[in-house]
Amino acid sequence: MRRQYLWIVAAAGLVGSVLAARGASPAMAGAISGKVTYTGTAPKMKPIDMAKEPSCAKQHATPVTTENVVTGPGNALRYVVVYISAGDEGASAPSDAVRYDQKGCQYVPHVAVMRVNQPLEIYNDDQTSHNIHPLARVNSEWNKSQPIGAPPIHTTWEKPEFIPVKCNVHPWMHGWFLVLTTAHSAVTGEDGEFSLKGLPPGKYTLTAWQEQFGTQTQDVTIGGSETKTVDFVFKARPY
Amino acid sequence: MGKLFAVVVAIIALVSTAIFASHIWWLPVDISAHGHAIDRQLTETMATSGALFVLSQLALAVFAWRYGDRKDGRAIKLFPGGATPMVVFATILVGAEVLALTFVGSKVWAGIYQTPPDPNSLQIDVQAEQFAFYFRYPGADGRFGAVHPERIDEGSGNFFGLDPANDTTARDDIVVPSLAIPINRPVLLTLRAKDVNHAFYVPELRIQQDFVPGLVIPLHFTATQVGKHEIVCTQLCGLGHYNMRAYVEVMSQEQFDQWLKERAAEQ
Repeated sequence: MRRQYLWIVAAAGLVGSVLAARGASPAMAGAISGKVTYTGTAPKMKPIDMAKEPSCAKQHATPVTTENVVTGPGNALRYVVVYISAGDEGASAPSDAVRYDQKGCQYVPHVAVMRVNQPLEIYNDDQTSHNIHPLARVNSEWNKSQPIGAPPIHTTWEKPEFIPVKCNVHPWMHGWFLVLTTAHSAVTGEDGEFSLKGLPPGKYTLTAWQEQFGTQTQDVTIGGSETKTVDFVFKARPY
Repeated sequence: MGKLFAVVVAIIALVSTAIFASHIWWLPVDISAHGHAIDRQLTETMATSGALFVLSQLALAVFAWRYGDRKDGRAIKLFPGGATPMVVFATILVGAEVLALTFVGSKVWAGIYQTPPDPNSLQIDVQAEQFAFYFRYPGADGRFGAVHPERIDEGSGNFFGLDPANDTTARDDIVVPSLAIPINRPVLLTLRAKDVNHAFYVPELRIQQDFVPGLVIPLHFTATQVGKHEIVCTQLCGLGHYNMRAYVEVMSQEQFDQWLKERAAEQ
């Protein structure tokens, strides 16, 4: 009985590795693309007045606003992170670093996506001191001061987590670190569109996360070298 | 050596007094209705303590000039009864001066801080946090929305913890990081602190008041000159204390109405 069981496991392993190898070949890679939009009335973003920090204020030709709900033409939603939340775990983290800037007293990009244990480099490009404070709960929380001209902070995150980021010097500064296990993720641009490429055939759960509206999930099956279209629609409230 | 010391002491005393007496280094312009009382009190304090300072320094210089080079080490004359009565006498003299200044000064202070605000004051809510000030005007309905500290979320610009989804009075509240006030109109600020102690200090308004977490502290004044001045925090409140500041702009009533209208449109 035990012997039989081992055979089944070995056979399943063989089939699995063959499938994985096939899936890795570009010819069989699928893709998911789509658009994230909203219905209803989106909240109006509040203006950010940087008068107390003139070196930052002068970097902005147009008025800066909060970025927790950024919309585009055709009810598009920007800064939505679309990622594979089930069906794509285990790949090791890439060694290339994710860059995160403090520029004009804002976080650029507003939402930074990285993998567990992927290097993260945080730069202060401003002529003022910042004190970056990722409000981690699952990972270890820290805050670090970065005076003018300080070298970048090199760090990594050990566990998957969505971490809000604030500056302890400039209360209006707000951003996100999204630490994911999947290699497949995208942040929507102004047009709300996203595209996940290089997906081996399989069943996936696709999640769209928006910092104020929460998450939505959809199941997607990729059969081969096909592109599935998946759209997400969030319900917006003005307040 | 004694004569050189006497000359140096006399020069230091006279030059430093001259700097204050000639107002080379003096208070900034006063733009408040109550500021003259503070300035008068400061002047009286400076004059009294300045006179005592000059007299004592010159006395020191005279004695150093006259007796500084004596080699015999003999006392010139003893205070009646010796050292103890002299210390008691000096303590009473200085104590009486300090107490007198305190009584007169606290009367001036109480006249500003302990009097009720004008019932027609323009009320503005102030939130201090590491390391910025935020100001809230009640909007078109003339009412402030309730504050819920647990709802404070700087990332979405909710610095006061308002709940516009459920509280309609909060929807038109105008929240800005700089203070604008109309000239010659009484203003009532209500000071709140989100995290630690801070202070609201505008030297030109002759106003300095601490923020204390958990307390809502009223502060009232009337500005009498148009202009823009710095509001600084004068309580060491953490790493970014040096950078905690905002601006107060005193403007005409028409300019203020226009300013408030523009800010309301941005909300």
